[in-house]
Amino acid sequence: MTIRSSLFGAVAAALLLASGASGALASEGGGHDNRPHRMSWSFAGPFGTYDRGQLQRGFKVFKEVCSACHSANYLYFRNLAAPGGPGFTEAQAKQVASEYQITDGPNDAGDMFQRPGRLSDHWPAPFPNDNAARAANGGAFPPDFSVLAKARSYHVGFPGFITDAFIQYQEHGVDYIHALLTGYEDAPAGVHLQPGLNYNKYFPGNQIAMPKPISDGQVEYSDGAPQTVDQYSQDVAAFMMWVAEPHLEDRKRIGFQVMIFLIVLSGLLYFTKKKVWQHVSH
Amino acid sequence: MEGHSTYQPKGKVAQWFESRLPIVGLIHSSAVAYPVPKNLNYMWTFGAILTFMLVCQIVSGVVLAMHYVAYGPVAFARVEHIMRDVSYGWLIRYIHANGASMFFIAVYIHMFRGMYYGSYKAPREVLWILGVIIYLLMMATGFMGYVLPWGQMSFWGATVITNLFSAIPWVGETIVQWLWGGYSVGDPTLNRFFSLHYLLPFMIAGVVGLHIWALHHVGQNNPDGVDIKNVAKDSVPFTPYATIKDTFAMVVFLIFFSWFIFYIPNYLGHSDNYIPANPLSTPAHIVPEWYYLPFYAILRSIPDKLGGVLAMFGAIVVLAFLPWLDTSKVRSAKYRPLFRQFFWIFAAVAVGLGYLGSQPADGWYVVVSRIFTAYYFIHFLVILPLLGLFERPKPVPASIADAVLAKSKGGAVVVAGAAGPETK
Amino acid sequence: MAHTETSDTTTRRDFLYIATGAVGAVGAAAMVWPFISQLQPDASVLALSTTEVDIAPIAEGQIVTVQWRGKPIFISHRTAAEIKSAQDVPLSALPDPQPDQDRVKPGKDQWLVVIGICTHLGCVPLGHQGQYNGWFCPCHGSVYDTSGRIRQGPAPLNLALPPYAFTSDTKIVIG
Repeated sequence: MTIRSSLFGAVAAALLLASGASGALASEGGGHDNRPHRMSWSFAGPFGTYDRGQLQRGFKVFKEVCSACHSANYLYFRNLAAPGGPGFTEAQAKQVASEYQITDGPNDAGDMFQRPGRLSDHWPAPFPNDNAARAANGGAFPPDFSVLAKARSYHVGFPGFITDAFIQYQEHGVDYIHALLTGYEDAPAGVHLQPGLNYNKYFPGNQIAMPKPISDGQVEYSDGAPQTVDQYSQDVAAFMMWVAEPHLEDRKRIGFQVMIFLIVLSGLLYFTKKKVWQHVSH
Repeated sequence: MEGHSTYQPKGKVAQWFESRLPIVGLIHSSAVAYPVPKNLNYMWTFGAILTFMLVCQIVSGVVLAMHYVAYGPVAFARVEHIMRDVSYGWLIRYIHANGASMFFIAVYIHMFRGMYYGSYKAPREVLWILGVIIYLLMMATGFMGYVLPWGQMSFWGATVITNLFSAIPWVGETIVQWLWGGYSVGDPTLNRFFSLHYLLPFMIAGVVGLHIWALHHVGQNNPDGVDIKNVAKDSVPFTPYATIKDTFAMVVFLIFFSWFIFYIPNYLGHSDNYIPANPLSTPAHIVPEWYYLPFYAILRSIPDKLGGVLAMFGAIVVLAFLPWLDTSKVRSAKYRPLFRQFFWIFAAVAVGLGYLGSQPADGWYVVVSRIFTAYYFIHFLVILPLLGLFERPKPVPASIADAVLAKSKGGAVVVAGAAGPETK
Repeated sequence: MAHTETSDTTTRRDFLYIATGAVGAVGAAAMVWPFISQLQPDASVLALSTTEVDIAPIAEGQIVTVQWRGKPIFISHRTAAEIKSAQDVPLSALPDPQPDQDRVKPGKDQWLVVIGICTHLGCVPLGHQGQYNGWFCPCHGSVYDTSGRIRQGPAPLNLALPPYAFTSDTKIVIG
């Protein structure tokens, strides 16, 4: 038993030692200033759920601002009314769908035609293909929104990357998106901006093709939430998290049930094991 | 697997069947009557955990294959289809993706346990080499599986790893094109990787069968490294003793596994793999999955292309020679005070190489990687052979029963600096 | 210890074993469910549940086949003679008795909309064929009338009716 505990102890010690030593080295190798701030997200943590109001506001920002350039090819109109989402009714989702013209076909004559959107359609892309999107945006491709919140992150370093596993911090992507949208500034003196690029203190390399996309008061909120860039950014980031991870609420709910179950079962097994072994010295 | 069973089928039908296919007797002898050293600790439950993980990966993988399409333009979208539309698809995919990491966590504990307690020494050399083969197959399977979501890391991981073979003189380029089925990683590559990713787990299962056969033929090693001399005094029957203990350990492992599946499912992945594969743009910082990182660090530490590739493969191949590199007659580190210290230094170096593999290859990292890489090989090729000659081991107990008796009297060997909670 | 075990401790031990086994069995069963559930039609398939058809171009006496949920749907623009022959059949002559007016929308006698799958073993019957000028299934010889009702052959039931509605005089929505 002492051997056993020493094994665990030593593994832990070795882990800490090794990563600590290299962590110390890491701090010398180039700064990571302008790390996005960690926001408090309603969907963080083991019992996190989406804030319906926030998702609806974020959807409004996406619809009125972002979707002019960004596609969201894996977002379907039916998703808007799905459980665990922004909580629109099916009628509202149908209404949103019908506001868009979808290319369908070919019909009997062999022609493509336009028709109003249905629940089974995905969010129509603003450009017919990637090259058209690039051409319309000065050569920079506006990335698809579908999984963008999971496709962005920032460097955490030691020991943060270990503690994040324990505190279940998975919101790096939305932190980054919020930071990026609020991170537009005039280029500091001495920074030479490439033509067509904009200065953003959170974008890697600080020169981003997307111009400042949103300003205070640009999108009207009906629920009294502040109409500021900061609020818009949080709302649209939350919306993007939902688009990227639509089953997050299910996942955390089932996860809690599974955890409780496994803890009970392991407790029972522990006592059963003790009972079975009680007359064996080992 | 043989010779332990006293199984006598009851009833006419069972006897008729058993005399034609003695499968019940086989199960009885290997999973019920099989004598297990009674001094095994929880490190010995990882064999059962690994078996469970293999089944878990095969079952979830077969299900994912029902919904996945291995074709470049749609592969990424099909994975998202699984995540969004398939009933419980997100759960099954997160089980499979994190299951790969759990499989490797378990296999690394299993391997380090074997190294600590000298489980590779005679008569277990073949058992150990079969284990190394399983490990290699696991690495190949994991690599090809990571390619299938067809994200940026998938694509560039496939490009970099297949390009390792271009280091082979003269025929390297030809071999790489043959691997790709084209002039670059593309649809043919994805499709053959999918096919092989589906095949290899069944080959693993086959080698696992041999691994267990060899294990049951020579008997299990144990923390004291002495063989079972008296079945009644030194061992307990597999069922119920090992069965219940393995089950308990497995459920505790499942708690750990579930933490990843349900709360931090993308923690072990890389965010860049949620960006669809783009053959025209490499991510700023590409890293393999964490379980390859030590070998990736070794690869990068050698400034020569062919040398790096040889060192990386050599780091795995050297494991197969471990039974002959370790010259000590004593198995368990419990009775080898010097080896024990070198073992922990080696473990720290291996973990350190893993960390270095995740960092950009410049500045101090390169220097430290080279020192650690050198130490990795020195451990196997210099330290282990010499230790057996110079080390003076502690007296080894005559039998497992004696070892257990000594422990219950409080005469256990205490390792300095060990301050962990009681884990039993 | 073993010698002094009382029936009381035996009961407690048995209870522990049974409880552990039962909880484990429940867990194993729960674990199986997602793997069964994943085989069901997924959300994208379920969403494709309606098909809109413009029936204006379908001439009298013509049968058009459209697709709904991957199945063929026959839209038959029936002639007066076809309607009459369907209405005049006594119910007693039908293996699966159903009056013709129950198989069309009120006031839309000329439009028959049926799922084009033989109720025998799932083949697609051929239109305007067979003794009753309805449908004839080439696989095993089932014969349907102009109302899509089974008249002869091995099929047990009439051609099934999909859920549909007229959104205007010339448009129907199936599903």
